[in-house]
Amino acid sequence: MTTASSADHPTRRDFLFVATGAAAAVGGALSLWPLIAQMNPDASTVAAGAPIEVDLTPIAEGQDIKVFWRGRPIYISHRTKKQIEEAQNVNVASLPDPQPDSARVKEGHDQWLVVVGICTHLGCIPIAHEGNYDGFFCPCHGSQYDSSGRIRQGPAPANLTVPPYAFLSDTKIKIG
Amino acid sequence: MSGPSTYQPQNSVIAWIERRLPIFGLIHSSFVAYPTPRNLNYWWTFGGILSFMLAVQIVTGVILAMHYTPEATMAFNSVEGIVRDVNYGWLLRNLHASGASMFFIAVYIHMFRGLYYGSYKEPREILWILGVIIYLLMMATGFMGYVLPWGQMSFWGATVITNLFSAIPYFGESIVTLLWGGFSVGNPTLNRFFSLHYLLPFVIAGVVVLHVWALHVAGQNNPAGVEPKTEKDTVPFTPYATIKDAFGMSCFIIFYAWFVFYMPNYLGDADNYIPANPGVTPAHIVPEWYYLPFYAMLRSIPNKLGGVVVMFGAIIILAFLPWLDSARTRSSKYRPLAKQFFWIFVAVCILLGWLGGKPPEGIYVIAGRILTFCYFAYFIIVLPLLSRIEKPRPVPNSIADDVLAKTGSSKTPMVSTVIMLAVAGALFAGSAGNARAEEHQDNPPSQKWSFAGPFGKYDRGALQRGYKVYREVCSTCHSMNLMSFRNLADPGGPGFSAAQASAVASEYKVKDGPNDAGDMFDRPGRLADRFPAPFANEQAARAANGGALPPDLSLIAKARSYERGFPKFIFDFFTQFQEQGPNYIYALLHGYVDPPKDFKLPEGSYYNAFFPGHAIKMPKPLSDDQVTYDDGSPQKLDQYAKDVATFLMWTAEPHMEDRKRLGFQVMIFMIIFAGLMYFAKKKVWADAH
Repeated sequence: MTTASSADHPTRRDFLFVATGAAAAVGGALSLWPLIAQMNPDASTVAAGAPIEVDLTPIAEGQDIKVFWRGRPIYISHRTKKQIEEAQNVNVASLPDPQPDSARVKEGHDQWLVVVGICTHLGCIPIAHEGNYDGFFCPCHGSQYDSSGRIRQGPAPANLTVPPYAFLSDTKIKIG
Repeated sequence: MSGPSTYQPQNSVIAWIERRLPIFGLIHSSFVAYPTPRNLNYWWTFGGILSFMLAVQIVTGVILAMHYTPEATMAFNSVEGIVRDVNYGWLLRNLHASGASMFFIAVYIHMFRGLYYGSYKEPREILWILGVIIYLLMMATGFMGYVLPWGQMSFWGATVITNLFSAIPYFGESIVTLLWGGFSVGNPTLNRFFSLHYLLPFVIAGVVVLHVWALHVAGQNNPAGVEPKTEKDTVPFTPYATIKDAFGMSCFIIFYAWFVFYMPNYLGDADNYIPANPGVTPAHIVPEWYYLPFYAMLRSIPNKLGGVVVMFGAIIILAFLPWLDSARTRSSKYRPLAKQFFWIFVAVCILLGWLGGKPPEGIYVIAGRILTFCYFAYFIIVLPLLSRIEKPRPVPNSIADDVLAKTGSSKTPMVSTVIMLAVAGALFAGSAGNARAEEHQDNPPSQKWSFAGPFGKYDRGALQRGYKVYREVCSTCHSMNLMSFRNLADPGGPGFSAAQASAVASEYKVKDGPNDAGDMFDRPGRLADRFPAPFANEQAARAANGGALPPDLSLIAKARSYERGFPKFIFDFFTQFQEQGPNYIYALLHGYVDPPKDFKLPEGSYYNAFFPGHAIKMPKPLSDDQVTYDDGSPQKLDQYAKDVATFLMWTAEPHMEDRKRLGFQVMIFMIIFAGLMYFAKKKVWADAH
């Protein structure tokens, strides 16, 4: 309900209304933030998702184990010489998701493959030591991964994810 | 809906929708163009405040339900998980718990407004009855909500209130079993209370829609009690009532924020920080403050069924008000006798509320009976009688006349109000003073705490020393189940680095497993692990401590409190005094003195001046030079007690510094915002006609 005189230049009244409206908008936005932020992982979930250490000594050549980190299965594969050669000798350019094997393993430890065991198509868990490429086979829709966890055939668009990990010693890795 | 539907949408999209579902027209005629009496005072803003509080409770409640686990063995810890770990969880919990109290404060003011101004009279009887229904639903919702944290008061309050139904003749016991879903309050009860507590607020919202609809049919009442006659009597709801409600709301939010950020436990009960124990009844079972008047009436009647009937009758009688009070004059402003009895009634309600919190002994019982009689007498005797014999003063011709007239009628209500409140206050103070004198000789003396007051902070050195005392002395017997090693590195705490906290964790052995052979094994602790308990279970703890169970210390500083009495408890609200727990802990540790000559000390117990009952099973735990301090602080009992009490306050409330910091920012913002709203409201109203 402004009067006609305010038409020419902003009056004190307009400033008051604008200031009040702006304060209400700012206050409203600030009070919305905790309502959204509370959905982020809480402190105990974050703590439970801390990095884990895995001892590699029990894993023989040609074997693999599955560990869970942050609720996801992670394959740790002790690759055979044959698997390593096959992984390294592929023409990288011909791959659906081009990536050299060296980018997917740690230097000096290329017998160890650590990948997240979740198919990049729609999230099923591929089976190890299956398929035509001596790697992984996903039973849901037929995606096939090689011994470096790279997609070769099937509907999956990307290679199996390599999680963050590091070698604490030759026989121990820390994932996360 | 009353009011002209002059809504002509300019926007073509809105016009398209409006033709198919005239929702914009509905909103316009109900909340924009709606003619509102122009003489409404601020007692009329509480309807809007209540709608706001319902929305706040629903939003915070739905969010809390994302993190809460409604299972008897997990509920208490899930609530503590919200407060300690969920981002802003402490804030959401405080908003919801204090919000319930604010909701009831607002509804009582709203109801008393209706009583005073005759808003229940023809043609608003259904509006009033819908309000009574909303009030009943609120009481049910609040009761069930209080059970959910599954503390001692949750459990025992649920037991007492559900047991009320056993008073029903013949069917009573079966009804109670049906309600419980078992043979006592237990997990089935908790689960169904959670489901219903989630449901009822939406039922309330539905009845609120009916309530607002009924209101819009008759139009709002107003302080003069005279219906609007011409356009000069009303103003459009927007912007006039909208902005006045918004200003009222912002003042209310300041009041609300004081509880949320500065006095979150003021209206609560310390016993609810103790996990529910079906084997131990608290010394005083008390419902939340908003049920106290009815609790007092219940306990006043010596007959079980009679008490239940009187308690529910006290609420149901409200529904009959339009027929009990048949006086033609609506507003008590023009009813000198009715006005005075109204204020006496208000005093009766307040006194009943105070009595509801007292133990049902001696003079409290007699007072309760007299006041229960007065409560019913107001409805059954006073109001009908006044309808017949009272000579009201002449009401104004119209609302416009009421606004323009500058009669001195505003003076007399203040005088009688003041007289009545003074009488109530004197009664209150007089009985409070005598009864409390003996109770407070045992109160622990108040100490100075670094974390007290609006800008209080935990002394990091005290936290670290206190942790050392806990670790070297107390942890032998006392668990700390809600704390994890990572908390030692949290901001606002003892200030360990993550590496230091990791090192502390690795010094402990924690059970893990089973391994591939199926065995449990020990491993060094990690940051995510909780502090391990000294005993595997309660029985082992009791066996090692002469039958007594050393309580978990995570929440002890909030689970122990004492009454400060009148008038201290009023000043405490403003000074933000909430350090009863640490005062008690400090006093207890100093309290091992020789018993008085005539005191019979049971075998195996020790005398403590501050322990309730004075016979404690724990021997004096701390003496000078027991713990080595590396920072040069005096290695005296006094210092140990101070430090460990500070540490225990931190374990009870790790986010206190966050709470006070955000509280300061919110209060400053709200005070400025309320100021802006005030001037905006004044500017808008300057234009009225």
